[in-house]
Amino acid sequence: MKAPPFAYARARNLAEVFELLERHGDNAKILAGGQSLMPALNMRLSSPELLIDISRLQEHAGVQVKDGHVHIGALTTHAAIGESADLRKHLPLLADAVEHIAHPAIRNCGTFGGSLAMADPAAEWPACCVVLDAQIMLASKSGTRRVAAQDFFQGLYATALQPNEVITEVVIPIPGAGYRHAFLELARRRGDYAIVGVAAMAKISGTSISDLRLVYLGASEKPVPALETSQLFVLKGFSESALKEAQQTLAGELDPAADLYSSVATKLHLAQVLTARVMKQLAA
Amino acid sequence: MDTIIETTLTINGESVTRRIPVRQNLVDFLREEIGLTGTHIGCEHGVCGACTVRVDGKIVRGCLMLAVQADGRNVETIEGLSDSGEIADLQDAFHKRNALQCGFCTPGMLLTVQDLALQNPQATREQIREHISGNYCRCTGYQAIVDAVETTLIARNSKA
Amino acid sequence: MNAPAFANYVGQSIPRANARRLLQGRGTYTDDLRVARLVHVVFFRSPHAHARIVKLDLAQARAMPGVIAAIDGVTLAKFCKPWVAVLGHLKGIKSPTQHAIAIDRACWQGEAVAAIVAQTRAQAEDALEKIECEWQPLPAVTDMEASLAGTQVIHPEFSDNICFSRELATDGVDAAFAKADLVVEETYDFGRHTGVTLEGRALLADYNAAENTLTVHQSTQAPHMMQDIFSRHLDIPEGNVRVIARDVGGSFGIKVHVYADEMATAALAVMLRRPVKFIADRLESFLTDIHAREHKIKLRMACTKAGEILAFDLDDLTGIGPYSVYPRTSGIEGNQVVNLTGGPYKHQQYRAKLNVVFTNKNLTCQYRAVGHPIAVAITEAIVDLAANKLGLDPAEFRKRNLVPDDAYPYTSAPGMKMEKLSHQQCMDKLLILMNYSVLRTEQIELRKRGVYRGIGIAAMIEVTNPSPAFYGVGGARISSQDGATLRLEPTGMVTCLVSVTEQGQGTEAIFAQIAADAVGVSVDRVRVITGDTGITPYGGGTWASRGAGIGGEAVLQSGKVLRANILDVAGVILQASREMLDVRDNHVIDVRTGNVKLSLTELGRIAYFRPDTLPLDFQSELMVTRHYTPRGYGFAFTNGIQASLIEVDIDTGFVKLLKHWCVEDCGTVINPQLVDEQIRGGIVQGIGGAMTEHCLYSGDGQLQNGTLADYLVPMAAEMPDMIIDHVITPTKTSELGAKGAGEAGTAGAPGAIMNAINDALLPFNARVTAQPFTPERILGALGKI
Repeated sequence: MKAPPFAYARARNLAEVFELLERHGDNAKILAGGQSLMPALNMRLSSPELLIDISRLQEHAGVQVKDGHVHIGALTTHAAIGESADLRKHLPLLADAVEHIAHPAIRNCGTFGGSLAMADPAAEWPACCVVLDAQIMLASKSGTRRVAAQDFFQGLYATALQPNEVITEVVIPIPGAGYRHAFLELARRRGDYAIVGVAAMAKISGTSISDLRLVYLGASEKPVPALETSQLFVLKGFSESALKEAQQTLAGELDPAADLYSSVATKLHLAQVLTARVMKQLAA
Repeated sequence: MDTIIETTLTINGESVTRRIPVRQNLVDFLREEIGLTGTHIGCEHGVCGACTVRVDGKIVRGCLMLAVQADGRNVETIEGLSDSGEIADLQDAFHKRNALQCGFCTPGMLLTVQDLALQNPQATREQIREHISGNYCRCTGYQAIVDAVETTLIARNSKA
Repeated sequence: MNAPAFANYVGQSIPRANARRLLQGRGTYTDDLRVARLVHVVFFRSPHAHARIVKLDLAQARAMPGVIAAIDGVTLAKFCKPWVAVLGHLKGIKSPTQHAIAIDRACWQGEAVAAIVAQTRAQAEDALEKIECEWQPLPAVTDMEASLAGTQVIHPEFSDNICFSRELATDGVDAAFAKADLVVEETYDFGRHTGVTLEGRALLADYNAAENTLTVHQSTQAPHMMQDIFSRHLDIPEGNVRVIARDVGGSFGIKVHVYADEMATAALAVMLRRPVKFIADRLESFLTDIHAREHKIKLRMACTKAGEILAFDLDDLTGIGPYSVYPRTSGIEGNQVVNLTGGPYKHQQYRAKLNVVFTNKNLTCQYRAVGHPIAVAITEAIVDLAANKLGLDPAEFRKRNLVPDDAYPYTSAPGMKMEKLSHQQCMDKLLILMNYSVLRTEQIELRKRGVYRGIGIAAMIEVTNPSPAFYGVGGARISSQDGATLRLEPTGMVTCLVSVTEQGQGTEAIFAQIAADAVGVSVDRVRVITGDTGITPYGGGTWASRGAGIGGEAVLQSGKVLRANILDVAGVILQASREMLDVRDNHVIDVRTGNVKLSLTELGRIAYFRPDTLPLDFQSELMVTRHYTPRGYGFAFTNGIQASLIEVDIDTGFVKLLKHWCVEDCGTVINPQLVDEQIRGGIVQGIGGAMTEHCLYSGDGQLQNGTLADYLVPMAAEMPDMIIDHVITPTKTSELGAKGAGEAGTAGAPGAIMNAINDALLPFNARVTAQPFTPERILGALGKI
């Protein structure tokens, strides 16, 4: 199981990346952390002409807080996210989610931007970005544009990223006072991709819930915000009867595909169970 | 945009320069070109942990990094950690507790548990299990490994 | 006043000397060897479960950079004779002829139909992509029941898909069921799974045309068996074939079989007259390493309302892929299920029916604990079911039915002869060890709080130390005896050559312990060498939990004679009566005073370098070989009992493994720590099959989860701590008294887990009977999906 032949270029700056992308188009692949691309290459599931290694562009790694927003460089590793005191303070949802991502050696290499670009429907970061209203910064030769996370994820492994673009940064607004968050997922083994999971946040004040966002992973081709379900809790508060009704509503909002071990019915059921648990956590 | 790139890296403290086919991953390079066969190949898709090595002080999967990506970096393998004595106590604890059988996972396992020991010397049994949750061992059932790591951490902490 | 035979080392947990090199990354696995002119082989494997080759064009592949040869099955057949995997004592077993590289037709997804040899593995894989093969897909038979029905017959030379069938019945089965107060019946499904050795199968074959010699470095459990097979199928005199197994990265029965691609590699070395290496990568491991344990079983059990088991009635169907595996056959696993079901219990009536059928999936064969995990699981599940129906505590119900410890020698209902087992002692010990009654009380309390814990018990019997009755009588050239050669070196060291191999279980360590005691030297003075047909005595190797009991006895007997021969030399040197002398702690001593008379170093110096100082008519013999064959019983049966404590999340169907216990009786325990770790590792391997491991095939025979990301092996975070204890009943068939322990953990764990889960589900009147027990299956049983 050895990778097919390809050429390799180590980019020294974004301009080089853009130039190579322009020249090679779809035949080039961006190598960031490599934790998804390298297995695909080793298994010969992917055979690009050229790998553009952006892993040395460390100016695009790291976490910064400015103007009420957290800026996460695309090349920030999962491990660095877990270790960031700023994130623990301002976006603890990410710190909670990181523990579900693979294993230490993978987290040392895999990157935030790489995970978003990959857009695995069961991955943690896409759902977190949607729930946190993240803006994803895409750069190309012609400039930079920002896409809301909700619009960025378009389908199964499909994103708004154009072949001539790279993700440079993700900008996330720091939630105001009174917001709570929770992240839950179910995986057969620690670090496996989730069967199904949920990233949640809401403003809680006494028994009143507002701005509730429930975003599911592993429950569709892309992260799904369950808008009606969320709205229902906002209107009715969290109670056993509201939960029952919400679980019904949720079934209509999710569209999971069966995986090797779990049918659609199982995934829907588990999503409903997680909904109850995540709401209990938020409301607690 | 070459398919062979001259690469200079440090391996277990020695500077090495080689012309490396770019598609060769780090573990194949270490084994085939450098002759460091202590790092093993178990799955080549990043799941089993047998190829775990340390690059610039952090553990990585050797099968998920190209050798040319290690240019200018400091790569350490089981041979290096053994010869320096850095993990002699862990190795001794593994030996006494029989925390290995066939030994194929052992180099990757040792690099992973040393990583834990450096990051979290107070790790509980559950945290030890979590940290090695990406290292497959078919022989031991893991308990002896957890025991050996726990014993070493306690011993290191009492010395510290 | 001789010292007892094992004064010092046997019974002690001495760390394995050979582990040190593995801990420093200095082992030598097959892929670590560096050989000049080495080339690499990869195989072009069928993407179809069943298909005819219309056209196979290797020309483009042959022209790729680095390629040395591109070979099809017809060409290779000139260098390697095909085989048919049957055994005489499995009456009626049949299997088609299998070639090293398939000719004309592929019968499972992954079967090799061409080979590429190139300078590097990557180049060989590049060339694979250039092979042009036109396939005509044929109907694939993937369902066992469809195969048995035989509407579609896989092999044109046969009229049905039945590889082997067997029926067995005692005289009064129907009568027993007729008079029973309770008959319980249940159907059990077992998902096929596989060994997933971390080191893939590996073979480096080097042919020297000048000498017509073949040296094969192989990751194998049975070097002599492979030597015989390479010799016969490649037509090289056996004396010219040498098989060397250095460090082996896990085997578990995966590496005791003949694999077509490995035979092809050896044949290619002969054909190309140079060293050729094959390393199975993880993807081809899943497609071609033997799978095991795909069974569907209907089991009935009759009992009285007082809780006496009267009879079992078994109907087992198992699918083995398109070929029986050479040379052990794929009939043994089902045969073991027939032999072992109901084994711990004293019922007298038993009926069994077994059908072993061909399918178009990967081959299945003997994998750690062969048949036991199935026989134990179904027996113990139905025992629990009956206990529930009778309102009896499962432990109490078992106590009433276990074969009593004073009933031996005992012959079980299917006719298995057992020398001496200790079910009752093991059960008593287990219940104390796990604090059974406290756990039961706690379970009731927790249920009130919505926490659903389950306690599962599984008693077991296990075949170890197999006699020639296992394979030899059937015509297989598989040695049931093993040999040990012990040599006193001039330095006073003892070199110990044994035909049993080391796979990490610690055989070399226990042989050193036994040799040290038997000769009278310290254990650090013993060097053990295994795994080389050019050096060691002839023997079977490692399988069926035979290393300690058979190889260990050979070491013991050899060591005793060496000790006597040393005393002969000492007597001559010291001009003393040898009865007054003994060897202790590397010295010859005076048995009356304990005083040191002579060091073995000095004795060695005189014997080897100054024999001129000894009498003319005296010749020292400081190298001794002894062999041992288990006889009298077909197997040294062992027994044990396991228990599992789990918690089911009834909302998600997830199971948390909280704790596991095992009390086992493997006779003399040579190294307690090594035995315990064998059992722990075995338990987790059993848990894998019960909880997560499953080779999932589509209806058309495509493996759906053939990667380590998708096939779920047990990892550290989910596994429980395990408490191990022993009852010790040495076998009297050998002086050492050791029985096997390597498979006990795997044999009993799935049954204990199944019972624990069903115990947790009891309040919901739900049961699961299909392994692996996925969250989905548990939710299904609970009626939640």
